[in-house]
Amino acid sequence: MSFARRAWVVAWKDMLVERRSKETLNALVFFSLLLLFVFEFTLGPDRERMVQVLPGLLWLGFILSGLLALGRTFVGERENDCWDGLLLAPGDKSAIYLGKLAGNLAIMLTVEALLLALFTIFFDVDFLPALPGLAVIIALGTVGFAAVGTLFAAMTASVRAREVLFPVLLLPVQVPLLLATVKATEAVLAGESLGTVAHWLKLLAAADLVYFVAGMLTFDFILEG
Amino acid sequence: MIADPLIRATGLAKIFGTTRVLNGVALDVHGGEAVALLGSNGAGKTTLLRILATLCRPSKGTAVVAGHDCVNDAEGVRKNIAFVGHGAHVYEELTARENLKFWMALGGGPMAPSTLLDALGAVELDRHADDQVRTFSAGMKRRLTLARLVLAPPRVLLLDEPSAGLDQRAWKWVEDYLRTLKESGSAVLMTTHSFNRGLEVADRIAILASGRIAFDAPRGDLASSEVERLYALHTEEPA
Repeated sequence: MSFARRAWVVAWKDMLVERRSKETLNALVFFSLLLLFVFEFTLGPDRERMVQVLPGLLWLGFILSGLLALGRTFVGERENDCWDGLLLAPGDKSAIYLGKLAGNLAIMLTVEALLLALFTIFFDVDFLPALPGLAVIIALGTVGFAAVGTLFAAMTASVRAREVLFPVLLLPVQVPLLLATVKATEAVLAGESLGTVAHWLKLLAAADLVYFVAGMLTFDFILEG
Repeated sequence: MIADPLIRATGLAKIFGTTRVLNGVALDVHGGEAVALLGSNGAGKTTLLRILATLCRPSKGTAVVAGHDCVNDAEGVRKNIAFVGHGAHVYEELTARENLKFWMALGGGPMAPSTLLDALGAVELDRHADDQVRTFSAGMKRRLTLARLVLAPPRVLLLDEPSAGLDQRAWKWVEDYLRTLKESGSAVLMTTHSFNRGLEVADRIAILASGRIAFDAPRGDLASSEVERLYALHTEEPA
């Protein structure tokens, strides 16, 4: 069984489980709606103020919903001792990491697309002209966030206080990503081209690479405990 | 010349915090042999199996399974064993067929649809092949776990309370499977609380008490009442 095939099998399983249970997706949709209501009430009708804080709000929404999604990555594996099953499966464990990461990316990108649509409705923002540039930033930001989030979710999966520990560990590591994504999003929404934010995109790509490689190299040790 | 044992535990100790669960366990299980491991609750039976299955590291001592060290060559051990623990290793949202397919795909076992269905048929779950596992009883989940053994018979089988949740028919199937597995040269180590189930198929009986193997002898013609007496002798706390 090839490495890619094993990773695909894990991602297929996670997506099938989520499609049937809809546990994470339902919670995230509801959470996103609540978040937008809070933003709407906080900002009020002041459009100028809203435009200023929109990139930050957008990424706050992505990060908070992402935290919920990532935190649940290995919860299902604890039921019926499936974690032991994963551990006992012979072969490179980084394939499991890759599969889990792919499953997380699928869920997070779905929720982010939904959040963008909800922002359009709630705040009457037209993302369409900036969408190609925004898609690149969102993709780069989400890959980095999910790469390190999947790793930390595995690390905290067997810890009793994982709900507290997971964001406490993850958020500080996300600071460079958050800074780059918010700054790049701000520029793109203001009508600037991707070329003008190339330095931020390079930072995002570099962070993605570092987090992904770190995840692939260390997942085996983390799974073994 | 006697072949090396497929399972060899030497001086195994495991300490959780201040609790010493295992304290110098020595046990050999040869190919073609099944050993029933008895012991009271908390005696360390599951811990011993988990160490041999590479799910837990010993605090002291060595464990070698199928010629591979459980600590230094866990991957080598995993290629040769199957472990059926308390958990069924099943995903509730997937069907029986999908569960089987997933684990076979991950472990590199056979995945042909007819092969999967045959394995489910062997444990009488073929009629439920496309039912989600969330609708299964505990016994059915256990049988689904056992279906994986049909698809990939291991050289070393570690069973933790294999009779738990199984009805007579399913247990009869397990006994037949274990006999076939032994005939093929595999080694079986199973824990049990039952003085009937599990002992029938065992060649040896070992009793784990005070963190050590307190009794280890061929089952021979020992009646279950005799096993019960030996068990009481080795495990009962002095008044």
